[in-house]
Amino acid sequence: MSKLKIPITDRDHVRGAKDAALVLVEYGDYQCPFCAAAEARLRLVERALPGDIQRVYRHFPLTQAHEYAFPAAVSAEAAGVQGSFWEMHETLFENQANLGPGSFETFAVELGLDLDAFREAFTSDAVQNRIKEDFRGGVRSGVNGTPSVYLNGVKYEGPLDPDVLIRLMKAA
Amino acid sequence: MAALEAGTSAPSFNLSSTPDQKVNLSDFKGENLILAFYPADWSPVCSDQMAIYNELLPEFRKHRAHLLGVSVDGVWCHAAFARDRKFHFPLLADFEPKGAIASAYGVYREKEGITERALFVIDGSGAIRWSYVSPLGVNPGADGILEALESIGSKPAPEPSKNEGRAA
Repeated sequence: MSKLKIPITDRDHVRGAKDAALVLVEYGDYQCPFCAAAEARLRLVERALPGDIQRVYRHFPLTQAHEYAFPAAVSAEAAGVQGSFWEMHETLFENQANLGPGSFETFAVELGLDLDAFREAFTSDAVQNRIKEDFRGGVRSGVNGTPSVYLNGVKYEGPLDPDVLIRLMKAA
Repeated sequence: MAALEAGTSAPSFNLSSTPDQKVNLSDFKGENLILAFYPADWSPVCSDQMAIYNELLPEFRKHRAHLLGVSVDGVWCHAAFARDRKFHFPLLADFEPKGAIASAYGVYREKEGITERALFVIDGSGAIRWSYVSPLGVNPGADGILEALESIGSKPAPEPSKNEGRAA
């Protein structure tokens, strides 16, 4: 059973309850259809367990298989510099079918971000390196496809079904 | 049939990677080699597995390691699969006699006529340093490969004599 090798720190994108009993870490790819499906389900889980769950998202873009996976991850990070990581995260999954060269700046504008700052962050080494760092850390933790989900530090191999997850988490 | 273990010397092979190219174990002398046997081109799990390895090629190169995928599919099937998935590493056809190399490594499933989902890390002297057989439907990821490569980096390769490879 694979364990999460990279601990959750300040560098992570985290939302939900601070000292939640349940911590869910996902390694995902914005162009992966299974990740988009998982996103909707995980949101149901978050809604069902307010106060009990903390969500963490890390990047695992399969760049050779998905042309826009890397720029999409960069967009999320660039939005994150302006405090809008999760807004961009959701926008990317919701618009997965429309990801393309021009789409990222359009999303940034729609989210009301400062476009110049977004562009600057988009090309910065810090943002690019961070995504690669996430990927390497994921490999270390045994990520073998996307989405890979860890519940309280242990890789979850069951179905990403909200009812199953909610039951499992309530029992934890 | 049990997969060859760390410490064994790797059986040689000479398999087609394209209709007019062959790949030999001896081509990799002095470099590390990852052999990834997988059951079939196009099946969903293998594809994820190979897609991750494809992303990790630069990381493997840092450890002076080359990656070869091996299945019993023929060269034309491999060519179409590699093109479709944009793979940047060779896929070898263990096609005729079918599964001969997989058998030599102890990872051929006679009944189904496919190879196990198995990984071998071979060092520059041709010794197997790590091997792993995953349940057929389970993608083994890459953490084991990277750990094996790191262990080779930190320990000198065993003497190139025929026996006594070191367990990774």
